[in-house]
Amino acid sequence: MDFIQEGFVQAYALLVSLDPATYSAIGATIRASTLAMAASLLLGIPLGYVLGYFDFLLKKQLRIIVDTLLSLPTVFIGLVIYALLTRNGPLGEAGLLFTIPGIAIGQAILSLPIIIALTATSVEASDRNLHITLMSLGANRKQIAISTLWEVRLGILAAAVTATGRVLTEVGISLMVGGNIKWHTRTITTAIALETSKGEFGMGIALGLVLLLIALTVNILLAGLRRRI
Amino acid sequence: MFNFLVMEGRGTVRNIGRDKTLVMMPCLYMIALLVVFSVTLQFAKAAGEEEILLMATTTSTDNTGLLEYLMPAFTEKTGIGIKWISTGTGKALKLGENCDVDVLLVHAPQAEIDFIDKGFGIDRREIMYNDFVLIGPTDDPANISGKTVSEALQAVRSSSNIFVSRGDESGTHKMERALWQGADIPTPEQETWYRQSGQGMLPTITMAAELRGYTLTDRGTYIKYESAAAGKPSLVILVEGDTVLLNQYSVMPVNPKHCPSVKYEKAQAFSDWMAGEEAQQLIGEFKLLDKQLFTPNAAR
Repeated sequence: MDFIQEGFVQAYALLVSLDPATYSAIGATIRASTLAMAASLLLGIPLGYVLGYFDFLLKKQLRIIVDTLLSLPTVFIGLVIYALLTRNGPLGEAGLLFTIPGIAIGQAILSLPIIIALTATSVEASDRNLHITLMSLGANRKQIAISTLWEVRLGILAAAVTATGRVLTEVGISLMVGGNIKWHTRTITTAIALETSKGEFGMGIALGLVLLLIALTVNILLAGLRRRI
Repeated sequence: MFNFLVMEGRGTVRNIGRDKTLVMMPCLYMIALLVVFSVTLQFAKAAGEEEILLMATTTSTDNTGLLEYLMPAFTEKTGIGIKWISTGTGKALKLGENCDVDVLLVHAPQAEIDFIDKGFGIDRREIMYNDFVLIGPTDDPANISGKTVSEALQAVRSSSNIFVSRGDESGTHKMERALWQGADIPTPEQETWYRQSGQGMLPTITMAAELRGYTLTDRGTYIKYESAAAGKPSLVILVEGDTVLLNQYSVMPVNPKHCPSVKYEKAQAFSDWMAGEEAQQLIGEFKLLDKQLFTPNAAR
């Protein structure tokens, strides 16, 4: 049990002493998850909006598929992305295996269903009368669509918070696609897995605490954003 | 008027069809995104093709700190940067087969020779060895202490005491299966006393300690375990020194005929350096907790 206490002490020491390996892992984590979140928000919000706002053929079935993809195991995504990015694979020429953008592609796939499903749900749950009110005020369709999107901004923010949590903490994709290469693709979560396998439990706990601190910072920033909009 | 609105409700298929802007907007948006993504991909591609040698190796060389001790000297001497992925031997060989790495540093001679026979690897060169030990509870319930490996494994089987196996196709796991075979015992997959952890060496030792079982480990990981236990380890070395327990490490570039994209010349330079005098001496001087771990044995 000593290693839990040891973990707190070490977490503090790592951050204060500006330990280069720790900060390299923090950097890799932040770069990969920022890229992944940017890509999945850009793609996911419009798709989620379309899925929640319009009625079309096979919509219910599509919704079930998106909800199913919420259960994608990260190790499985990692394996599929590896198969695509390996030298002999269809995208092997891009040279993205064992790179941060490679990890980000996998994490974007992890995050995308979350963004789509939660955006669609909040669009569906928005006030049904909003549409009629806007129309009676003389808004055209474009204005109606944009107003609806604005009305569900808090739902979209909640989607972003949930997806960020998942992306920051996943280990399967980073390990399989990134390769856990020190100074390059070692993220905090793969470092925790490595330290644990080496029996350095205290160090593992310390890194876990560092990751929680990052999550805290991100959420404080997002809470600030929520108050402003 | 009101009726008309209610009937129309929220967008329908008919509505979308009628309002072109509403369809055009998402389409244009998606096209713009695609353009941005493919441009980004090009940049990522340029960044990904840096001239660094990529090696796949086993956890034992990385976890003991050997590579971090050795590689700066290699880069200083040759000017070649090197990155490595440490994993089980099975996955390391797979990464080589898929052309994802340039060179391998692994320890499973039979698998390596098969690898070369299939045309995936070339110029295998023996570099160093360490050794495996059989460890078990201090009171040694199966009474294997001081026996040969074959006798010891037979004693474990007849006592039905728990034996924990890596079970992960690692070099250690392959060695363990070869030892069962050498003792004329079929791998005891189905036996209740045979437990496969599917994890790395240290978690496997920890599991064996919790279960009061025996296990096979490389000496380096055992030294780490012993030092973490602060002088009173619950598992101790019971069988060591048998020649079958030697664990040979080799360097092997990935065959450029199989993978034209690999950096074969740099891999060859790495192989030469590892077998050379400087690296061999450094390997012999490498100590973990004051104990020598690897014995250099490259052919001169």
